[in-house]
Amino acid sequence: MTYLAKPRLHHPSLVPNELGFTRRDYEGSVSTLCAGCGHDSISAAIIQACYELDLPPHRVAKLSGIGCSSKTPDYFLGASHGFNTVHGRMPSVLTGANLANRDLIYLGVSGDGDSASIGFGQFAHAVRRGVNMTYIVENNGVYGLTKGQFSATSDKGSKSKKGVVNHDSAIDLVSVALQLGATFVARSFSGDKAQLVPLIKAALSHKGAAFIDTVSPCVQFNNHAGSTKSYDYVREHNESVNRLDVVPLRDPIHVDYAPGTTVQVTQHDGSVLSLHKLAEHYDPTDRIAAMSYLAQRQAAGEIVTGLLYVDPEATDLHEALETVETPLNALADRALIPGSGVLAKLNATLR
Amino acid sequence: MQRTSTDGPDYFHKVVDCQWACPAHTPVPEYIRLIADGRYTDAYMVNWKSNVFPGILGRTCDRPCEPACRRGRVEDEPVAICRLKRVAADNKADVSSFMPAIAAPNGKRVALVGAGPAALTVARDLAPLGYHVVVYDAEAKGGGMIRSQIPRFRLPEEVIDEEVGYIADLGLDMRFGQRIDSLGALLGEGYDAVFVGTGAPRGRDLDLPGRQEAAANIHIGIDWLSSVSFGHIEKIGRRVIVLGGGNTAMDCCRTSRRLGGEDVKVIVRSGFDEMKASPWEKEDAIHEDIPILNFLVPKEFTHKDGKLTGVLFEEVAATFDDKGRRKLMPTGAPDQHFECDDVLVAVGQENAFPWIERDLGLDFDEWGMPKVDAVTFQSTRAGVFFGGDAAFGPKNIIWAVAQGHEAAVSIDRFCQGGDLADRPPPMTNLVSQKMGIHEWSYDNDISNDQRFRVPLRDKVEALKNVKIEVELGFDLKQGLAEAQRCLNCDVQTVFAEPLCIECDACVDICPVDCITFTDNGEEEDLRGRLKAPALNLDQDLMVSAELKTGRVMVKDEDVCLHCGLCAERCPTGAWDMQRFTLEMSHASDVGGGACQAR
Repeated sequence: MTYLAKPRLHHPSLVPNELGFTRRDYEGSVSTLCAGCGHDSISAAIIQACYELDLPPHRVAKLSGIGCSSKTPDYFLGASHGFNTVHGRMPSVLTGANLANRDLIYLGVSGDGDSASIGFGQFAHAVRRGVNMTYIVENNGVYGLTKGQFSATSDKGSKSKKGVVNHDSAIDLVSVALQLGATFVARSFSGDKAQLVPLIKAALSHKGAAFIDTVSPCVQFNNHAGSTKSYDYVREHNESVNRLDVVPLRDPIHVDYAPGTTVQVTQHDGSVLSLHKLAEHYDPTDRIAAMSYLAQRQAAGEIVTGLLYVDPEATDLHEALETVETPLNALADRALIPGSGVLAKLNATLR
Repeated sequence: MQRTSTDGPDYFHKVVDCQWACPAHTPVPEYIRLIADGRYTDAYMVNWKSNVFPGILGRTCDRPCEPACRRGRVEDEPVAICRLKRVAADNKADVSSFMPAIAAPNGKRVALVGAGPAALTVARDLAPLGYHVVVYDAEAKGGGMIRSQIPRFRLPEEVIDEEVGYIADLGLDMRFGQRIDSLGALLGEGYDAVFVGTGAPRGRDLDLPGRQEAAANIHIGIDWLSSVSFGHIEKIGRRVIVLGGGNTAMDCCRTSRRLGGEDVKVIVRSGFDEMKASPWEKEDAIHEDIPILNFLVPKEFTHKDGKLTGVLFEEVAATFDDKGRRKLMPTGAPDQHFECDDVLVAVGQENAFPWIERDLGLDFDEWGMPKVDAVTFQSTRAGVFFGGDAAFGPKNIIWAVAQGHEAAVSIDRFCQGGDLADRPPPMTNLVSQKMGIHEWSYDNDISNDQRFRVPLRDKVEALKNVKIEVELGFDLKQGLAEAQRCLNCDVQTVFAEPLCIECDACVDICPVDCITFTDNGEEEDLRGRLKAPALNLDQDLMVSAELKTGRVMVKDEDVCLHCGLCAERCPTGAWDMQRFTLEMSHASDVGGGACQAR
């Protein structure tokens, strides 16, 4: 935590993207989280991803709930739209915003308390409805703001900083998201930007409910021996199933891995996800297999990371509802109030 | 790469680019902080200890520190280090109580030939130790070229009197008006050591057709400048041509503008960028409506009835031979003639030692320069030392001072029977600046200001009188603001591997992307794959030992702002900001450290 704003001066070699923005232009105000917080690394990864995707900052809406994680949208994309909602209510506010204006890119940022406890129901329904969004949970397995109680994602048997053993079962948000029909599911680690940045890029370009569970160590309350969300534990037990390259539509596809070790998935927007397999036989388009693989590795004490599942044919809530292409908030009164004639016609179809 | 060793004085010294570039290694960030703190007297004494002439150098230094300044690599222009030195000098209180105490006479007598910056530095270092120091100079006052060649509108005489006075007051035996005509005779007087600091007193001439015939209106630059300084010349013709592209040429043309020269031109053989004059001196000349014409080689002084009428030039262009060497070749264009009333020749200076007999065991090289040891400044005759322009040809005041310090160390060693090669190491120290979680004992909030311009006197006013100082100097407010631009490069980023948990906090917060955690490799390979490429090969990489994940931490020193955010963000204190101090050891320190700045 620092009181000083990050100096404006930057490295002379910093290159602007297609829009003329440098990475620094995607930053927000200075973080007030504890020094060493994994969440700050996730913020840095989001900044990097948005810069690399040439996203116009004013086309992004970042929404969050309450908690350490939910404070972070203040620390990135300072020129984007933001909504810091009530605890656990980010998914419904995001859903509403998305319905009103389908043209924005929605980024929901939440934590394990916000999504796995108070907002568990909201999380579930936003995912099962297929809201077009990127939903990132910054998962540290602890209530940091209230000084270190176990959260709903703390693993059974793991130890608190004071040595208390957790006797409750953990909610695995990735398994839940898979079960509820999320069309893009990934897990990553705040300490591995090489993996995390491409995942965020892929999620942002995915049309549908994209969920990323990011293990993010709490240096203050959950980075000790006995924790299963510490830097050391995650590094020792991290089992990455693939390495992802996101190739935007305009770039030629270039793969430098040996043939047969790469899977390519073309998304709706034409971008290509080039996945370098790390775990043999892992197929990220097979949802059932992904769920069973996760369960097996979890039983072995491993933390499976990477792009776990993607449905290239994903659809979203707007398609299901058959809403008009024009964002609802941009429709003029004429379109919204078509008159009694139209109403009478509609009523006639229901008789 | 191997883990970078920061032991010894050099690694962190190099990071303080200004101090490393300064021949006298003045602790620049240290005195700039003192200025920002309003402690002008302390800032002055830090300078005085290191470079002896802060008020003079704060107006005239060639400032090798400024092109080196890190601020100039993250922004357009460096910190105005030189002019901040003047702020300290202008605003200090009485410093007499800070002057070194004089030890009891040690019975040794040392003769200094010349009273310029090099010799006065030797005197400053030796007098407090109890040496009987005798200074000979042909002029009536001390200062050497500082007094004779630097125009008064750049350096008022009071400043010279004051700073030469501090040294004279250390109990020197000043023998002004006494020119030494024979080194042999001087050696015969039984001095324990002799120091020669006679400068490079001879201006080069141009032996072209018409030189003799038009001699009355052709002047050698440095001689003419000193005649102006001493009041022997008060006027020059309306149209003046200055030949030469160095700082002396700039002084000549600007002086001419003040002595009646209305149409003053500088005409140079080389291109504008290759001129020897410092960029700011060229800028000052242009500001005073003096055009600089390039790629013109003088061929002939034209004259009529025994009076100069102008100069004829051949036009050249820069060409490169197959070895890439630059050569000036005639373009074949018709020669150009420029009319003028006077010509000032400022095409270089030479050393001259007609007064040194060649049978004293003191060897000269093929160019007539004495053979002088580059470290000890001793000649081939034991006990005779050289320094300043007399040792290695024309350079700047700050070089003369640096060499004077080294020569004084040698003379002291020599007189006390020590080994000259055994040089005292600099004093270094490294102290954490951490005061609290967000509190450092230096101001780490980086100022966004661009370099401030030194206010100038109104041009019409300034050109009226050659003795009116043209630069007004920063006022206190500007001085404070400019001081805040300093990045405090002496506050070093120090990394402790065992504490690092590789959380990336420092990588994420660093505003200039200078920290990377990556797999180790050879330097060339590493430089290419850091978070921002490390393209400045003059700047070191600081590489840690292997960390827990098998990676290393690599920090590129190049554009680090020393803002300390890495250390503020570090949860374990693996990064710390530690102030590095390096003070050169002078003869006076060896003898008991009489000068105490703080």
